[in-house]
Amino acid sequence: MRISLFITCYNDTLFPGTGKAVVSLLERLGHIIDFPLEQTCCGQMHFNTGYRREAYPLAKRFVASFQDAEAVCIPSSSCVAMIRDYYPEIARENGDQQFATDVSSLLPRVFELTELLTDRLRLEDVGASFPHRVTYHASCHGLRSLHLGDKPLRLLRKVRGIDLVELENSDRCCGFGGTFAVKNAAVSTAMLDEKLGAVLSTNAEVCTACDNSCLMHIQGRLHRENSPVRTMHIVEILASEIESSGAAR
Amino acid sequence: MSLITLDPRKAEPFPIAAAELLQDTQLRRNVAHATDVIQRKRAALVAEKADWQALRSAGAATRREALLHLDSYLEQFEKQITAAGGHVHWASDGDEARRIVIGLLRDAQAKDVIKIKSMTTAEIDLNPALEADGVHVFETDLAELILQLGADQPSHIIAPALHKNRHQVRELFAREMHLPDLTDDPPALTDAARRYLREKFLKVDAAICGANFLVAETGSICIVESEGNGRMCLTLPDTLISIAGIEKVIPRFSDLEVLLQTLPRAATGERMNPYNSVWTGVTPGDGPQNLHVVLLDNGRSELLAEDMTRQTLQCIRCAACLNACPVYRQTGGHAYGSVYSGPIGAILTPQLHRMEYAQSLPYASSLCGACYEVCPVKINIPEVLVYLRSRIVEKNKGKLGSIFNQERIGMKMMARIFLSHDRFENAQRVARVLEKPFVGRDGWVHKLPGLAGQWTAGRDLQALPAQTFREWWRSRNGREERPR
Repeated sequence: MRISLFITCYNDTLFPGTGKAVVSLLERLGHIIDFPLEQTCCGQMHFNTGYRREAYPLAKRFVASFQDAEAVCIPSSSCVAMIRDYYPEIARENGDQQFATDVSSLLPRVFELTELLTDRLRLEDVGASFPHRVTYHASCHGLRSLHLGDKPLRLLRKVRGIDLVELENSDRCCGFGGTFAVKNAAVSTAMLDEKLGAVLSTNAEVCTACDNSCLMHIQGRLHRENSPVRTMHIVEILASEIESSGAAR
Repeated sequence: MSLITLDPRKAEPFPIAAAELLQDTQLRRNVAHATDVIQRKRAALVAEKADWQALRSAGAATRREALLHLDSYLEQFEKQITAAGGHVHWASDGDEARRIVIGLLRDAQAKDVIKIKSMTTAEIDLNPALEADGVHVFETDLAELILQLGADQPSHIIAPALHKNRHQVRELFAREMHLPDLTDDPPALTDAARRYLREKFLKVDAAICGANFLVAETGSICIVESEGNGRMCLTLPDTLISIAGIEKVIPRFSDLEVLLQTLPRAATGERMNPYNSVWTGVTPGDGPQNLHVVLLDNGRSELLAEDMTRQTLQCIRCAACLNACPVYRQTGGHAYGSVYSGPIGAILTPQLHRMEYAQSLPYASSLCGACYEVCPVKINIPEVLVYLRSRIVEKNKGKLGSIFNQERIGMKMMARIFLSHDRFENAQRVARVLEKPFVGRDGWVHKLPGLAGQWTAGRDLQALPAQTFREWWRSRNGREERPR
């Protein structure tokens, strides 16, 4: 299948390793990756902070960039939630019938990474090997907006050598919340400390999730506290094979 | 604690109040413990209902229907309760409601009044107004009594003293009720409260209550509670005044079938409330002979115009969203500077104040969605929060608030950058250069200036990688046309 990658603005800038892992995994599975260079940002940050006017042209840009895709793969659950939950609302609010039509035609082809693997490609075992102790944090948008359920865990359980350990209160927010982390830094950090306590008590080497934004937040505190625990996007684990499995991003 | 104000016009912005409350480790332990306990009970009782999602949908539909035809259902309620011997008073704001209640108590020549826990009376600051008119107010709900004796403020919609643990309550009761030998055993504490209150029930001849539901079809009022003190307030005094927000009306008596299943499960984790009082007007020789209902607008009708804002009024005040909220969990309710705290407070409070006050509340959320998931009447709180943020941004256009300005400039700049991938790529390169002075030897950023400094106050940031994804993609595809 020809899969178009929407890397997302922050992964592009901060976490290229995640994008490389998507490419490596999907190519290993026999698919062709297409990366439309005109893509930038889905508009989530603007929309969620209250800048709807600014989000509208960004939403239109996303849809225009991926209109003809066979399938769009997005390794970020909150960006998928933005597109799925709010693009129709943006169209309605702006009385943009054309955009509404384009959105509803594109939406069935938009997949979060683990959705693409489990729902569209019908896979659980992706041939990965990762002999490490790993715990999984259920990012809020993946959990409550995309209803990913145990899809990520089903993929992780099939990884060879993995020691998957359950995270206590894995469904509780890490406190990132986009601009919330900056506008309400003290509360955000207090929430993060609870998450950190849960992560550390698992004795995992790696904390993983479907969203690098949560992981950036968790990793930022882990590093501040001099913890050796690493964070890795789920696709980096799923892309791992024996020889590269120890590599950090 | 006495410095806490729950008046949104005077309260500190959420981040400032929250930062202060975060220092109170006892309070945080109390809040986390109490919300954990309620959530566990709720989860167990929701799990035993196979049709929970259908009940949520049915409850939401009932509430939506009531709000879509609120004018006619309110008139129907007025007609029915009047026919049954009650009196209806319409109050457009808190001021008018307070004047009505004071007038009614004067007519009844009541100098003492007993009260059932009511958030609506807290919303309009009724108690101080009554005290100023020479009326002694006795709160009969155990938690409200704790707050009244401690000159404290409610921190939760249904468990207003949830921020206090039993040791703290023992200290307070021992001091205020002159019971030096009191233990902190919960039965001993409730027994002390019972003795303290019992004599009031028997001699006071006016009571004030709220309402959980007003039934349009029959003109009935419904109140649910756990302690039985409410039932005594509703039955013993001669005069009973119910103060209810106009949104509390439901169309039919049979609608209680769904709502009295979902409310107790969502609120207290009970199959049914221990006391469910539903009464219709006045019964000669039995119970209150003077029944008054004050229907309070106080900003509510302005929420009716749009679907987005109207759903706020679907709320049945179960507080499940508070218990589920990871933000509320850290701070408790006082940080919200409103009697309505937590996620529902974050959308209700600013709207009741026409978005003039409590502007920080819609931002007091990480948008995790836990509130929406537990809401028994399916209010999409995250969606409303995000919408209200846009209203605030529009409203503050052109104002010179420094924090908003820094943010606004940043947002406008970013939006412009994202409209062209060339500009985006240039910005990525420029960011790498600008970041250099802040990157430590370990390849991490530990301290940033301005708004970004709020991030590095508690968290490090990995330095930008040498190559963006798109740079890698381009170089890779330049080298090998077809991979593998």
